[in-house]
Amino acid sequence: MNQETLMKIENINLSRGGVTVLDIPELHVQRGRILALIGPNGAGKSTLLFMLAGLLKPEQGKIYFHGMPIESRAHLIQLRRNVSVVFQEPLLLNGNVFENVALGLKFRKINKAEIKDRVQNALAYFGISHLEKRSVRALSGGEAKRVSLARAFAIKPQIIMLDEAFNSLDPPLRETIIDDLKNTLNETKITAVLALHDREETLRLAQDVSVMNSGKIVQSGTTAQIFNQPDSEFVASFVGTETILEGTVRNCTAGNMIVDVNGREIEAIGDCSIGQKVFCCLRPENITISSKAQEKISARNVLEAKVSKIIRQGFFNKLILDCGFPLIAYITITSCEDLGITHGSIVHASFKATSVHVINREK
Amino acid sequence: MELIVQGIIKAFELIISFDPEVLGITWLSLKISGTATLISLFIGVSIGTAVALNNFFGKRFVISLINTGMGLPPVVVGLFVTIFIWRNGPFGFLEILYTPIAIIIAQAIIATPIVMGISLASIQNLSPNLRLQILSLGANRLQMVWVLIKEARLPLLAAVMAGFGGVISEVGASIMVGGNIKGYSRVLTTATVMETGKGNFDIAIALGIILLLLSFIINYLLTQIQQRQHPR
Amino acid sequence: MKVFRNSKVIITLMIAALLVAFGTSSVFAGKAANKQKNIILATTTSTQDSGLLDVLIPVFEKKTGYFIKTIAVGSGQAMKMGEKGEADVMLVHSPDAEKKFVEEGYGVNRQLIMHNDFIIVGPSADPAKIKGVKSSAEAMKMIAKTENLFLSRGDNSGTHAKEKKLWNKAEITPVGQKWYQETGLGMGQTLNVAAEKKGYTLADRGTYLALKKNLGLNILVEGDAALLNVYHVIEVNSAKWPKANAEGAKAFANFMVSKKTQEIIKKFGVDKYGSPLFFPDAGKKVEDLGK
Repeated sequence: MNQETLMKIENINLSRGGVTVLDIPELHVQRGRILALIGPNGAGKSTLLFMLAGLLKPEQGKIYFHGMPIESRAHLIQLRRNVSVVFQEPLLLNGNVFENVALGLKFRKINKAEIKDRVQNALAYFGISHLEKRSVRALSGGEAKRVSLARAFAIKPQIIMLDEAFNSLDPPLRETIIDDLKNTLNETKITAVLALHDREETLRLAQDVSVMNSGKIVQSGTTAQIFNQPDSEFVASFVGTETILEGTVRNCTAGNMIVDVNGREIEAIGDCSIGQKVFCCLRPENITISSKAQEKISARNVLEAKVSKIIRQGFFNKLILDCGFPLIAYITITSCEDLGITHGSIVHASFKATSVHVINREK
Repeated sequence: MELIVQGIIKAFELIISFDPEVLGITWLSLKISGTATLISLFIGVSIGTAVALNNFFGKRFVISLINTGMGLPPVVVGLFVTIFIWRNGPFGFLEILYTPIAIIIAQAIIATPIVMGISLASIQNLSPNLRLQILSLGANRLQMVWVLIKEARLPLLAAVMAGFGGVISEVGASIMVGGNIKGYSRVLTTATVMETGKGNFDIAIALGIILLLLSFIINYLLTQIQQRQHPR
Repeated sequence: MKVFRNSKVIITLMIAALLVAFGTSSVFAGKAANKQKNIILATTTSTQDSGLLDVLIPVFEKKTGYFIKTIAVGSGQAMKMGEKGEADVMLVHSPDAEKKFVEEGYGVNRQLIMHNDFIIVGPSADPAKIKGVKSSAEAMKMIAKTENLFLSRGDNSGTHAKEKKLWNKAEITPVGQKWYQETGLGMGQTLNVAAEKKGYTLADRGTYLALKKNLGLNILVEGDAALLNVYHVIEVNSAKWPKANAEGAKAFANFMVSKKTQEIIKKFGVDKYGSPLFFPDAGKKVEDLGK
């Protein structure tokens, strides 16, 4: 992939009260991509985000923006002016919606006509044009969140950073706001760094993921890499042991769809447009293993696979199968013995179309 | 009882008829206390904001000092201002003892910690992330401080009113540094003390009523502001 | 509170307030800038509380263009101000202290201005039975003996000095006695306290007459030569305090002894109380007073 590093940090170190809160040898933010920082509470996601946004100074190490190190106050202001941060709370100021969205533009002393134009544009992205004159005191939680997102986009930043921006929202509202954000990011091609701790949000929004724990980045990679090939127990437990398959919708009729994953077809249910990129998530306990392909079976997906690894986990075995893509299955130790499964065995893995959890990605 | 009734009747006569002396004293009080409050507003809000926004060694100590200053006894202020500005004091050359300026200085000293303390608290009460949010929207330091002050403007307004309420009703310092000079440095409180001493209870009551009225207006506005701050 | 909704309104109000404030403070400054025109007159409360100064000072200011800052305190404090050079001229009534003040070189040109007299006042019931007693010291003795409440100014004022002199004469040490209370207040307020507590007190006739209507205290002892209350004007010694406004002080002293002023003093209070509050004495000798 032809990637350009927009921001880079090197040997960052920060401690508070003698405790190291950040220790990051290296991190790249690629232009035009969406990077998620995920990890448990207190992992340092927000701290790292604020540091990237120029709001927090590292004790050691350097931050590069467009290849230039941030060294002076002027650099810092320069960085801040190109970054926009959306916080967990909406943090709106007294006044109406227009005034709030215009704030960043006013700081930049942009002329009135252009401010008006850009504010209205930003409001339209988040579907809140009708709220322009409303006082922020009269906004609902979701509306306030949209205003804070519009405010961040109005300044046309090079990078937008979101700090757990959806935490305080109820699930249905969260879905629609995430959709709006996704569309806006797609259309504007703005680079984004998101601190998240919800795996589904991560799957829906992020292209790259860095998993953090106790101030350190434990694994970085594309979303599929992180979810499918966790390289440590910590990452595995955090992202879950589901198989996450990246695919494209080939066909979709009456709620039945065919997703192309690395040339193999998976049947799932749902309503998607053709060409839509999706993640297909499969829970390992939903995979059935048989030594031969069954003649008649309700499961719509039957794939030939090779057992590449058997890991004993208490009372069951975890099988890592290769069927053109990695697939994880749990079976009991007895069935493993009954079927005579060993390394390299060829088996058939079957799962129902209804057990495929489809998550939409960008178009 | 008769004295009170008569006093109140006479007092209202004086107020309604716009008695020039009573009116003059009231206007002078407003000017002096208003100016003092304005000075305290600039000093108090800027220092209060600076202390609230910066972390430095001894910050808690400074905040305790400011909070102590909020209850500065006016007579103590009066005494020290007098010592500093009398003819043979360090600022004697200014020759401002027994002038309205001296009262303004003393009252500003009384009001400044009040305004400072309340500004400090109201800026500190804003969400700490709000500062970061404003900075991340591209504000320079001045723009950020200005936005924060605007955001805290209702509590700050309350600070100003508390300061004004404190000084307009203050007598100890005003009489010491102002001297209660007729038509020059005689304000509502000092005049009330003097008229009481002279046995002119009607005028004293009239002045007292005006002072009460001013206090009421101030407190009414304060309450309005506070109610607005907590609408639910 | 729609008023505060718009920040522009607030800013405009603030600027307006600023302009008014600075506009007016420049007026103050203008008045204070004429330093040589300011005279600080330290005086006893009785001259202010009786209203005499309210009549005299505008006449003086109009005539001379000086601006008088009257600081009404007790005679003792007035002379303390003079001692420190914080006043230019004093109008006081504490002869012994005044003499000392001049002898020590703090004041010059002590001139007799006027007199009235002190009176011993008390409740109409007069529990100490002093009404009509000729000697003031004798009356004080009776109050002490019957342990009736006596209110003292206790503020080193001229009245307080006179009172202490009377106790001395009566050979009584009242301080610390249960029936003896010090108010620390001016004459007017001490009279109010005496009225409220139904006690006795020593007062100057001028203040008493001015406050009489609300008091319910009666004159019980008067006319004793020992009760004479004499007011002098003293200029602060400018050799000692070069910052003092010597010319202004002189002008005020001259004004006080002038014929016209003495005439005003003579008539002051006649219309209101039926008798004068002060008797002009310029040019006379203290020894001749009260005869």
